[in-house]
Amino acid sequence: MAYKRKDLLGMKDLTKEEILYLLDTAQKFTEINERDVKKVPTLKGKTVINLFFEPSTRTRTSFEIAGKRLSADTINFTASASSTTKGETLLDTVHNMEAMRPDIFVVRHQFSGSVKYIAENTDVHVVNAGDGLNEHPTQALLDMLTIRQAKGDLNGLEVAIIGDITHSRVARSDIWAMPRLGINLRLFGPSTMIPKHHEVFGCRVCKNMQEAVEGADVIIMLRIQRERQGKLLVPSTKEYAKFFGLTKDKLALAKKDALVMHPGPINRGVELMSNVADSDQSGVLKQVSNGVAVRMAALYILGIGSNKGGYDENAS
Amino acid sequence: MKTLLKNCKIVNHNNITEGNILIDGDTIASVSAKADEKADKVIDCGGKYVVPGLIDLHVHFRDPGLEYKEDITSGAKAAVAGGVTAACPMANTKPVNDNRVITEYMINKAKKDGLIDVFPIGAVTKGMEGEELTEMGDMTDGGAIGFSDDGKPVMTAEVFRRACEYASQFGAMVISHAEDKSLAGAGVIHEGEVAAITGLKGIPSECEEVMVARDILMSKLTGAHVHICHISSKGTLELVKWAKSMGYNVTCEVTPHHFTLTEKELLTYDTNAKMNPPLRAQEDMDAMIEGLKNGDIDCIVTDHAPHHPDEKAQEFDLAPFGITGIQTLLPLSLALVDKDVIDMKDFVRLTSYTPARLINKSDRGEIAPGKLADIVVLDTELEYVFDEKLNRSKSVNTPWMGKKLKGAALYTIKSGNVVFEFPK
Repeated sequence: MAYKRKDLLGMKDLTKEEILYLLDTAQKFTEINERDVKKVPTLKGKTVINLFFEPSTRTRTSFEIAGKRLSADTINFTASASSTTKGETLLDTVHNMEAMRPDIFVVRHQFSGSVKYIAENTDVHVVNAGDGLNEHPTQALLDMLTIRQAKGDLNGLEVAIIGDITHSRVARSDIWAMPRLGINLRLFGPSTMIPKHHEVFGCRVCKNMQEAVEGADVIIMLRIQRERQGKLLVPSTKEYAKFFGLTKDKLALAKKDALVMHPGPINRGVELMSNVADSDQSGVLKQVSNGVAVRMAALYILGIGSNKGGYDENAS
Repeated sequence: MKTLLKNCKIVNHNNITEGNILIDGDTIASVSAKADEKADKVIDCGGKYVVPGLIDLHVHFRDPGLEYKEDITSGAKAAVAGGVTAACPMANTKPVNDNRVITEYMINKAKKDGLIDVFPIGAVTKGMEGEELTEMGDMTDGGAIGFSDDGKPVMTAEVFRRACEYASQFGAMVISHAEDKSLAGAGVIHEGEVAAITGLKGIPSECEEVMVARDILMSKLTGAHVHICHISSKGTLELVKWAKSMGYNVTCEVTPHHFTLTEKELLTYDTNAKMNPPLRAQEDMDAMIEGLKNGDIDCIVTDHAPHHPDEKAQEFDLAPFGITGIQTLLPLSLALVDKDVIDMKDFVRLTSYTPARLINKSDRGEIAPGKLADIVVLDTELEYVFDEKLNRSKSVNTPWMGKKLKGAALYTIKSGNVVFEFPK
């Protein structure tokens, strides 16, 4: 067993071996998703609660499908993060759910660190489905799985992440995980969206779109979350598209067979032009398919029940 | 009643002498009494350091209104256990201390308990709304020693200017919690490396510095004594040094947590390391230590900010800012003496002598005949684990809970009465 942790909270503390084990397991599960009967009995009798403190449809659906294909009973619990106003604390909510004896919590929360906080206070296995600006580990795994399927070996690949790095948990998870597998990462985005102390990431930060795209094997475009950031960080979508969007022309600067990815949902014409998103270089839908396999792998590894007791508190 | 403290190593801001202290009533009668001087009570200090009672210019006793976190009695109990015999509670009570009635309530409640003196800091503006000035004259008459809107800093420069002009007329300082709220935004920790790593939103140092610069210039404009609260960044210290070099009437304070810890504490998302201003980078912490060493920082205060465990046991973003500190002030400051950053005289200057001067209380801050008998007998070598048994505050929100500390008050004497003895 190459993954002995109680939880999957983030990529930051995972070893190369742990990441590869997750990817290899996910790769095996991709086959199930192509079958006519897409169900295996692996997690029969196990209960997975999707504990979502922040609205989400795609990630939740992806986890739900993943659980169901493994024959787990999946239940969705959507709570407002401000449940404290209703008189219940986060831990009370978690302990109430725990009292119903689930095996796995899949948790999304709007605040960084909250999923770790939950994991530290429950015996139930926890999968982080996104916490604040911190991490979204299954997204990083599906990104890497998609790249590996397209490119083979990850070692030495040039990958660009472009967009709102500061406010992206996807970026953070990719940033911790990818270099561990030998990927050379470069980052680019509006300077209002690059963390002030980005040196801790150990990645090159590019000065312009040309530099970011040039010679890249993979380009990951991030979603611009205008509903969250308001107009202070970017003056307009038009301006964003001009300087930070991926057009056909800019894509031509990358390697010929460069793969374009995006965690979705896409803002067409803003960060990603339609003729790029719909081109055969786009891996966007492949990412979504792989998302199910990756989440099956995460639920499987935690859910088969051999991890309890092997949890190293210092390791996560 | 007479008390004799025998075999004392008496530390003042300017000298260390050996002698016997005779206390008569609430006053120090002599520091060179005979060892067999007749007294009602005799304590043999066994050559240990004896210092004037510590004066904490920045505490939150949550009384009135938020007594589930702390009240004046529990705050005072924690204070004397930490060698503190006078404290200045901030005005962010419920209701806000923006009038003489509340000011006097605080003072009288502490007086009734007889553990410490309380010198309240009144609000600058009514309800801390940043608009209308409070009745500073009347509040000063009632015992307020300074004015501050603390965590809700006066954002309008004109209001701050008028507050400076008005407060200084009554001999009170204006105390600035320097923070540009618009720049702080939704930040919860220092905007440094750890914010980038953890995805916790950052508060840049400049958020503090920009207001420090403004408030220094308001002191220049008005001549008022502006005291900068809990400085936390290297840049702030540079600004204060500049103000002092220009001769402006500016002083500042630092908390033990800002000279002991850095943003690294936040890598675990520990809400007991969440405070405002936040723990900053290593270079900032180093600057605080340098500032204490060079005398650029005037005093050490705690910003003792009790919160109920339920409030800290929340999502990091939702947990309130602040940690308790009045009982760990002594060991954390003595650690600087241990590391030869400062000496025992500096320790007394930073924790007692200068604070007394800043609030115009010439009856204390020194161990000398005629001064108030607020005295602490220290054991600088005592090592112990700071646990819930030793803790006297109602709250436990400190990163030092369960940690090993060195140095404690063996006896705390307030106005001639022994109000605390270290539990044996």
